[in-house]
Amino acid sequence: MLWACITLPHLALDGVLRRRPDDGPLVLVDGPAHARCIVAANASAQAAGLHIGQRLTTAQALLTQFETIPYDAAAAERWQRFLAGVAYRYSSQVALLPHAIVLEISRSQSLLGDWPKMERNLRSDLAALGFRHRIAAAPTPHAAHVLASVRDGQAVLTPETMRRALDPVPLQKAHLPEQATDALPRMGIRCLGQLLRMPRDGLQRRFGTPLLHAVDRLLGDMPAGLELYVPPDAVDWRIELSHEVENIAALVFPLKRMTGDLAAYLSGRDGGVQRFALRLEHRDRQATDVAVGMLAPERSADVLFEAARGRLEQVQLPAPVLSLRLIADDLPGFVPAGRDLFDERPANALPFEQLRERLRARLGDHAVYRWGSTIDPRPEHSQRIAAPDECFLEPRARPTWLLERPMPLHGVSRVLAGPERVETGWWDGGDMRRDYYIVETMHGQRAWAYCAPGERGGWMLHGWFA
Amino acid sequence: MGTVVALSNLLEARQVWRGGAAVPSEGGQSTGWPLLDAVLPAGGWPDASLTEILLPADGIGELRLVLPTLARLTQGQRPVVLIAPPYAPCAMGWRQQGVNLQQLEIVAADEKHVLWATEQCLRSGGCAAVLAWPRQADDRSLRRLQVAADTGRALAFVFRDHRHLANASPAALRLELTALPQPSIWVRKCRGGNVPTQPIPFEPLSAGATRAESRQGMEMRAAHRAGDMHESSAPRFAANLTSAPSLAEREESR
Repeated sequence: MLWACITLPHLALDGVLRRRPDDGPLVLVDGPAHARCIVAANASAQAAGLHIGQRLTTAQALLTQFETIPYDAAAAERWQRFLAGVAYRYSSQVALLPHAIVLEISRSQSLLGDWPKMERNLRSDLAALGFRHRIAAAPTPHAAHVLASVRDGQAVLTPETMRRALDPVPLQKAHLPEQATDALPRMGIRCLGQLLRMPRDGLQRRFGTPLLHAVDRLLGDMPAGLELYVPPDAVDWRIELSHEVENIAALVFPLKRMTGDLAAYLSGRDGGVQRFALRLEHRDRQATDVAVGMLAPERSADVLFEAARGRLEQVQLPAPVLSLRLIADDLPGFVPAGRDLFDERPANALPFEQLRERLRARLGDHAVYRWGSTIDPRPEHSQRIAAPDECFLEPRARPTWLLERPMPLHGVSRVLAGPERVETGWWDGGDMRRDYYIVETMHGQRAWAYCAPGERGGWMLHGWFA
Repeated sequence: MGTVVALSNLLEARQVWRGGAAVPSEGGQSTGWPLLDAVLPAGGWPDASLTEILLPADGIGELRLVLPTLARLTQGQRPVVLIAPPYAPCAMGWRQQGVNLQQLEIVAADEKHVLWATEQCLRSGGCAAVLAWPRQADDRSLRRLQVAADTGRALAFVFRDHRHLANASPAALRLELTALPQPSIWVRKCRGGNVPTQPIPFEPLSAGATRAESRQGMEMRAAHRAGDMHESSAPRFAANLTSAPSLAEREESR
C-alpha cells in the first residue's frame, strides 16, 4: 500500500481567488462582528503587510483599499469534495482528512505510471484548477498526511524509511490528539521519534487510548479508519458573483471556470455529460434557465465551454445576475471517439464534434443533421433525418435534389426517360399513383417530374438531376 | 528618355507581369472529370482553395460536377458539409453516386449565418469539403472563405448565380456551367494557369446513374410494386443519355 496526501493549505482562499480575473488585495475574515480577524490573505494583501490572525481594524489602518470576504467553511468543504472528485481519477480509494485528501496509489501505478510521474500529473491538474497544494507519499495515509504538512514533495516508499522520515517531525505537526500535543512538549518530548520510543503502557496511563490509536494508525499497525469518498451522481454548483452582472460577457469568465471544473470532475468519474442547465439567478429568487444540450456525451473542457457560451450568448438578461448555477443531473457514460493513428488532418484541426456543437449553439439544435435513405419507394418517404442507410440501393435513377413538396413545372421541352410507375403506399393510407419521368426543361435543366398515370401533361416537379 | 533600364531590375522589382510564367502547381485533387482535370493547372480542384461555380439555373448538373469528389472523400471517412442547400439532397440519388451519407452533414442556416457557418467549417480543419449556397456574398466575404479554406486545408465550393460572373472574385477557380445549347463547363478563372478559350463538354446525366443494380434490390422492389402495370412493358430508366432519346422516342411512338 502506498498513499499520497494532498494538503490544501489555502483551500478557502484559492476557492475564492480562482473565480476572479484580477488580483487586488483580498482577505478572508472570520470571527464575531466586533473582533473580525483575517484568516487568509492573498499575495498582494500580504505584500502590503496584512497577515493571518491580524485584526480587521488593524488591517484597515495599514491598507485603505482591499476586499474583504467572509470566510465560508461550507464553501471550503465543497471545494475539498470537488478536489476529491478530481483525485478520484487517480485512485478508487480517496478519503478526506482535515485540509487534505489522501489517495491510495500503489494499485494505480500499473495504469498511470510510477509515483514521480503520477505526482507530476496531479500537480499539473491542481495547478490548472488554481489550488495551491503540498504533496507527499507514504505507506500509510496518516503518515502521508503528516509528511505533507511538514515538507512538500516528500515520498517514502517503505515502512523503514517512513519511520526515519517521521522521527524528526515536531509533535505540533503530527496530527495527534490535542491533549497530548499540548502536554508532551512539557515533558521534554518534542518530536515524533521521541514519542515512538516511549513505553506504550506509560503513554496509555497518561493519555488514554486515543493517543495510542493515533500512533498505531500513523505507523500502519492499525487500520486507517478512513471513510472513502464516493463521487456524487449529480452536479449542482453555484458561483456567487462579486457584483451584479448586467451583460453576458461578464459571465464568461466564471462560466469558463465552471465548465472546466465540470470537465475535470467528469474525467475523474470517467463519465460525460450530454445535457446540463445554467441557472442565472436574479434578485427575489427569479432565475433564467439556459439549457445546454449536445448530440453526444462530452467531457472536453473546450466543447463544454463553447456549447454553454453559445447558448448563453443568445440569452437576453431580464435583470442583473447575482449568481450562476450549473446543474447536471444526467451523467451518462462517455466513449471517446476513435481516431486514426496517422491523422491526415491539419495539426490544429478542431474535432468535428466540437464544430458541430459550435454550429448548433448558434444556429439551433436541429440545424446540423444527416440524411439516411429508407426502403420506402415513395419519394416523400424515401429518406429520413439521422436514419442509418439501409443496404437497399435503388436501381432506377434518382435525382440529386429532392423538393420537399412537389410543385408545378412549366416549360418541359422533351422527355428523356420514363415512365416509372410508382403505385404504392397502401399500408399506411398514403397511397400514390404516379408516373415519374426524367424531363428536360427549356433552360436545359434535367428534372424529375411526375404526372398522373397515362398522361403527358400537368407536370409536377419533384427533383433535379443537378 | 533614353535611360537604359536593366531588364533584371524591372523583373526583380516585380513591376512587370510575365505572361506564361508557370506557377508551380500544388497537388490538386482530381475532379473525377478527366477533360476538366486536363485543363486545370493543378490537375484538379486547387487544394485548400475556394472554387466558385456559377449557374444559370438549378438542376443543370452542378452537383454531378462535384459528386465524384464528394464520393471519394466520404468513402475515405472524411466529413463533407453542405451549408444551406437550396433543396434537400436526395439520399438515394447521392448514394447512387457513391456518396457515404454518414459523412455528409447538412447545416440549415439562414441567410445571415450562411457565410459564418461556412467559414467556421472551413477554418476548423475537420472538414474535407464544404459546399455553400450563399445568396448574398460579396468580394470581401468570399475572400474570407478563401483564407479560411487555406487555414483549414479544405476544399470550398460556393454555388452562385451566373450574374455574379461580371464581378471580380478572389476564388482560386471559377467555373461557369451552361446547359444550352449543350451542357458545358467554362473555366472563367484559374489561378496559376491560362484560362482555356474553349468550353469543356460535360455530360451531367451520364453512366453511373443507375449503376450497382443489385439483385436483392430488384426483388424488394418487385414486392412493393405489385400493382405496377409497366413493370414488364416499360423500359427501365435510361442508364445513360445516349440511349435516352431513343427510349423517349419509343415511348412516343407507342
